[in-house]
Amino acid sequence: MKKWLSKGWASRLFLLAGLLPLAFALFFSVSADLPENTIDEESQQCLKCHGSHRYQLTDTATGETVTMKMHDELQIDPVEYSKATHGSFKCTDCHSMDYEIHPHPVSTKFEANYSCMDCHGGDETYASFHFETIEEEYLKSVHATELGEEFTCWSCHNPHTYKLSDKQPGTLINRVAQNNSACLNCHGNINNYAVLIEKELPDLIKSHDWLPSQSLHFRKVRCIDCHAATNDSIMVAHLVMPAEQSVRNCVECHSTNSILMGSLYKHQVVEKRNELGFYNGVIMNEAYLIGANRNYYLNVASIVIFIMVLIGIAIHATLRYIHRHRKYGN
Amino acid sequence: MATKKIYLYPLWLRIWHHVNAVLMLSLILTGVSMQYSNPDYPLIRFDIAVSLHNISGILLTLSYFYFFLGILFTSIGRYYVMRSQGFFKSFYLQARYYMFGIFRGEPSPFPVNEERKFNPIQQITYNVIQHAITPVTFITGWALLYPESIILNVFGFSGIMLTSLLHVTAGFFISIFLVIHLYFITVGHSVTSNLKSMVTGYHEIHVEDEAAQEPEENKLAEKPEK
Repeated sequence: MKKWLSKGWASRLFLLAGLLPLAFALFFSVSADLPENTIDEESQQCLKCHGSHRYQLTDTATGETVTMKMHDELQIDPVEYSKATHGSFKCTDCHSMDYEIHPHPVSTKFEANYSCMDCHGGDETYASFHFETIEEEYLKSVHATELGEEFTCWSCHNPHTYKLSDKQPGTLINRVAQNNSACLNCHGNINNYAVLIEKELPDLIKSHDWLPSQSLHFRKVRCIDCHAATNDSIMVAHLVMPAEQSVRNCVECHSTNSILMGSLYKHQVVEKRNELGFYNGVIMNEAYLIGANRNYYLNVASIVIFIMVLIGIAIHATLRYIHRHRKYGN
Repeated sequence: MATKKIYLYPLWLRIWHHVNAVLMLSLILTGVSMQYSNPDYPLIRFDIAVSLHNISGILLTLSYFYFFLGILFTSIGRYYVMRSQGFFKSFYLQARYYMFGIFRGEPSPFPVNEERKFNPIQQITYNVIQHAITPVTFITGWALLYPESIILNVFGFSGIMLTSLLHVTAGFFISIFLVIHLYFITVGHSVTSNLKSMVTGYHEIHVEDEAAQEPEENKLAEKPEK
């Protein structure tokens, strides 16, 4: 090995060339991590109990301590919370001050939960998110019309872990998985589904058995790309439609006019054809979509070559015909 | 005009050729239909095109290996062996014939006989199409059937996209070959004689051709060097 390395500059250059991509990969993977929020002291007190599976309760009169199990729904993962979009908030920014009393008084049970619109309705700072349009779309969705009050923003968006998926590091496949996990939380979990509706949970594998390369579609495309109507003014479609109205026509995605450009890749779409000449260049960064990733220049080149071949054949055949005609007559 | 018939295309080869032709046509048509898919003008419905393309691709792979064993273990393999000596000169002679001589009624510089089924241009074209471009299409095709086997990122480009680009480009060259190949059916002694040969297996050698049956080496030697 040592001998090989000392053979000269050429071998060192090759070694360096091989290590460069590795160095780049390491650099980008490290720099891609999102910064965490610092959890304030007051909230840390809450997380002493709510941040673990068990908590201890002390009777101030007797000094007796009992260990209790923390209900799943009341558990907050401190790490996930610190990374969440709302992770910089104190617990009491959204929850009642009564929670500072231990054990929590009965009044806390009657606390009304905030919804997105309570803070973001008419909010100029986040006007680009179009929360009003999102609400309008949601109210027309099958979730709102079928489930009414049972269903809220928090049914899909966990306020303690929610992150803007398009700002997430990593590949498209991770963002798709994260987005789909919100749907699968009920549609892939018989208990959560049963809490919301008295209906048999449809088998997703069976109901999608018409879809070719099913697992590939599940990994690469979000549920809402086929199941929600796109709206140009909002980044993520919220009008989830009944199953029978969802996309079933392959070419709606597999064409240069792919609906995915208006949904899955919306936040990345800057121009339709990038400098390399690919119609849907943005899709190409992390995926390949048959029928959608056509290259303008290759298209032109292939058509020109094809026409030239046909012209060449036509000329050749004509000259051969003329020769035969001259030699043998009619 | 006296004619002599030689049996050049055994039955197994003809069956392979025709099956291969049907598969290639199916792959090209379904491939073009998917690549240029348009909701308003579907050539073949997308899902049908996908299934047909996959089935034809799998069958083409089997067909390739069937043919590969054929040329390995039967006597037809010798027709595909190319000689490096004098290759460019022979290639030039054949190209000149196709571009000029054929219109003047000159005899073919490399007429078909028992020992030589292909002229130098046919030989290199068939070898490149069959042993370089076709394997590229089915290897990339299988990779696209199992995309998890493809390296995800190649210097910032999607590995799947690069594989697809290679697949489509190789497919395009095969379709160009097919068009020229179909035209060359008519470049026989008569317009239909090559077609008949591929049906019956017999190639007809005419007296006119016999005049040019002398070995190529002799013919080249006769020409004065410039």
